[in-house]
Amino acid sequence: MTTTLKVNGQDHRIEADADTPLLYVLRDELQLNAAKFGCGLGQCGACTVIVDGKAVLSCVTPLLLVEGGQVTTLEGLGTVAAPAPIQRAFMDEQAAQCGYCIAGMMMRAQALLQRNSKPTDAEIRAELAIHLCRCGTHMRILRAVRRAAHLMDTAELSPANQESVR
Amino acid sequence: MARFRIVGGVVAALVIVGAAIGGALVWRPAIAAIDPPAPQSFDPALVRHGRELAALGNCSDCHTVRGGKNFAGGRPVPTPFGTIFSTNITPDPETGIGRWPEQAFRRAMRSGVDREGRHLYPTFPYDHFTHVTDEDDRALYAYLMTREPVVAAARPNQLRFPFNQRIVIAGWKLLFLRRETYHPDPAKGSEWNRGAYLVEGLAHCGSCHTPRNALGAERAQAAFSGGEADDWSAYAINAKSPAPVPWNADALDFYLRNGWHPDHGTARGPMAEVVSNLAAVPSSDVNAIAVYMADIFGAARTGRSREAVVAQGKSNQEKAADPQGAAIYAATCAGCHESGRPPPYGGINLALSSALSATDPRNLVNIVLTGVRPVAGERSPIMPGFGATMNDQQIAVLVNYLRSRFSGQPAWSGLESVVQDARRTQTAYLSTSAGPTSAPADATQRDKP
Repeated sequence: MTTTLKVNGQDHRIEADADTPLLYVLRDELQLNAAKFGCGLGQCGACTVIVDGKAVLSCVTPLLLVEGGQVTTLEGLGTVAAPAPIQRAFMDEQAAQCGYCIAGMMMRAQALLQRNSKPTDAEIRAELAIHLCRCGTHMRILRAVRRAAHLMDTAELSPANQESVR
Repeated sequence: MARFRIVGGVVAALVIVGAAIGGALVWRPAIAAIDPPAPQSFDPALVRHGRELAALGNCSDCHTVRGGKNFAGGRPVPTPFGTIFSTNITPDPETGIGRWPEQAFRRAMRSGVDREGRHLYPTFPYDHFTHVTDEDDRALYAYLMTREPVVAAARPNQLRFPFNQRIVIAGWKLLFLRRETYHPDPAKGSEWNRGAYLVEGLAHCGSCHTPRNALGAERAQAAFSGGEADDWSAYAINAKSPAPVPWNADALDFYLRNGWHPDHGTARGPMAEVVSNLAAVPSSDVNAIAVYMADIFGAARTGRSREAVVAQGKSNQEKAADPQGAAIYAATCAGCHESGRPPPYGGINLALSSALSATDPRNLVNIVLTGVRPVAGERSPIMPGFGATMNDQQIAVLVNYLRSRFSGQPAWSGLESVVQDARRTQTAYLSTSAGPTSAPADATQRDKP
């Protein structure tokens, strides 16, 4: 079956079975490795990407449900040289330890901030509650999301500022 | 003039007498406040018994909000008349029940009146708790008065006029509250009678599973014919049960103890909280409930064995023609639900699911949207939610397909609006309901892969 997808702004035609999980296509076909395979059961959040503005668990999302959809992965938000606010905030707060869960957390936080630019702490916690992390940087993660909200809100991302990012 | 004076006098007399009668019906005296009793003043054995009873009564479920302290209240309960918020039943002296003597607690359980004499809304199911014995009320009181006090003022209810006037509750009680304690049926065994005492009383099963009339009272003639709870439908648990394989006492006992049964599936929504609480209840009481409820379900209709039901679902595969629904089912559901892996970790064969043969599609839609959340720190059944992955149309197509293939019943109507409503209510439900705090009983069963 052929599935058409727009991934990080680029059109793709994917040849794969209708029940292929979106995660496999992203990683194996498109070499977009930010989204991780964690549990494969939609329970840990490591595979989270944004489809049509919503955070979805790509490991339990078969291709046929996202036909024609717009997919954004962490690679689509920013680059090492020019990180997006959410990425810069996570770096500034040093919110990753092993980092395996972080790409998924960033994507869900990004989806949250896109629909609610000033989330309360309770809203951030509720949103990220499904994500599992065994390292224990939870407080840094919360700070990073708050920082990202502030960065987006104040548009504190002039080119000069971006260059100062490590 | 004289005639007017006589008429006026009669009217005035009627008003005064009416007010006196009305006042007597409505007015309840305050019971004097006490200094909060020291926790050490309660017998530990009584407190322990109270803990089991509180679990049976599922008290913590309504009286705890997600992320909040146990029994501190604040959970919204949606009703047709508006939203009622549960209250703080910790022994905090100012915002809880710390200054309530036992007599006031018993009066609240028996007749729905608080210590100050105000009528309580029947969302607090005193229409059932009136059956609870004095001894059990004493144990419940001992348990609650030895919990950690939490300062949490009650949130104001959001009720429409006239339901926001507590005087209407007095009228409701006059119409619907039967102040009876449970009378054992000598024709039945002690287990049946114990089960009846619990089901009709403290466990208040009918609060969700019995339909209510326009004024929110349970319809006694339709007992256990199915009702609702927190935007979930509570199945009929009598002869009208939608379960494809009939329930019996053994199956009920297993289900209430473990939270799932291989022929019926997994408890979820508000029932997940109920079975989670039953983990703390003596097994003899759970068994008594199963024995009584099996009698309410009635004798099993024949010809609906597990094998026959599953085979029916298979043979319908060709008849259920919608290719889009079939494709979504195959890609999204079948991987677990046709894996053959037994519950609780494998999905149940959907031909066995009550959700598909029920009259109301809400439970199926709710579960597709939100899945089954894992219980923190325990092995427990899980299912991913598809609320973000599927749009309303895809969910409606899938639900229609499942209905026609697995239940053989006529299609549900108005599915897309059900899905839209469920998206709204499930978000609220997940953010406020306490959620199961422990997996159901029998850890040895749970740990089997």
